[in-house]
Amino acid sequence: MAVDLEFLRRVPYFADLGPAELQSIGERVFVRTAARAEMVLFEGEPPEHLYFVASGVVKVFKTSAEGKEQILSIVRPGESFNDVPVFDGGPNPAGARAMGPVVLFGIKAGDMATLLRDRPRVALNVVKVLAHRMRQLISLIEDLSFRHVIGRVARILLDYAGDETGDRPRLTQQEMAAMAGTAREVVGRSLRALEEEGMISLDRHRIVIMDREALCNMTEVSS
Amino acid sequence: MFESPVIDLRKCDGCGLCVSVCHLDGLKVVSGVVTIVGSTECDWCADCELVCPIGAITCPFEVVILER
Repeated sequence: MAVDLEFLRRVPYFADLGPAELQSIGERVFVRTAARAEMVLFEGEPPEHLYFVASGVVKVFKTSAEGKEQILSIVRPGESFNDVPVFDGGPNPAGARAMGPVVLFGIKAGDMATLLRDRPRVALNVVKVLAHRMRQLISLIEDLSFRHVIGRVARILLDYAGDETGDRPRLTQQEMAAMAGTAREVVGRSLRALEEEGMISLDRHRIVIMDREALCNMTEVSS
Repeated sequence: MFESPVIDLRKCDGCGLCVSVCHLDGLKVVSGVVTIVGSTECDWCADCELVCPIGAITCPFEVVILER
């Protein structure tokens, strides 16, 4: 599969570059494919390539010693991942997994360094992308560090709970996130934590409250 | 009848990201918008909701209290 220069033009890193510059970059880019659930990058490995998603979606995440996963970002077509280690030379700070079949455009770390040195426009674009990424991560840190989200999620579940007969409004994780003042990824993590504690059970489209009293206690302790 | 994710046809632009991540092959872009096509019941993993950049597909939960 050839590298699509029209695609490269839409990549934020390469915005506002001319055809000759895009052609030159395209010659350095290689194509990689991955199947659903395939690991594209492993945390802790040396950085070799910067990747752009051409099609499909990649999940970038950290895993705790207990195996719990925290999503850092969802990378969609046109967006990049593994930027930080390619630029600072340190190990990959997070893992990346294909959420479905994906096509990636990759560029070697050394080639990216050459591009930054030779083309100031690219360097400026990279600064903008990384600054935007920094804002997203600061917001996630704020959620994880200072907000007791799990208590608020417990409160929302209790407020919206009904018996099995009546029509109750349904809630998406995005809506719960908006109500709790947090990110959707943090709501997903809170739901899994409540399930592990045995307070709720996720049964397809249903969240079943298994231990109402414990859930009430959670709202008092954590909110 | 199976419960399925909810698709907002006014929002969906047919980008197909949800199709690519559905591990049950339950979605397809038909006439420019995503459509439920799978014969296997959705397991509500909500990956489609997670990847949709414009919130056009959602997996809403109903919350019920277990009667003991």
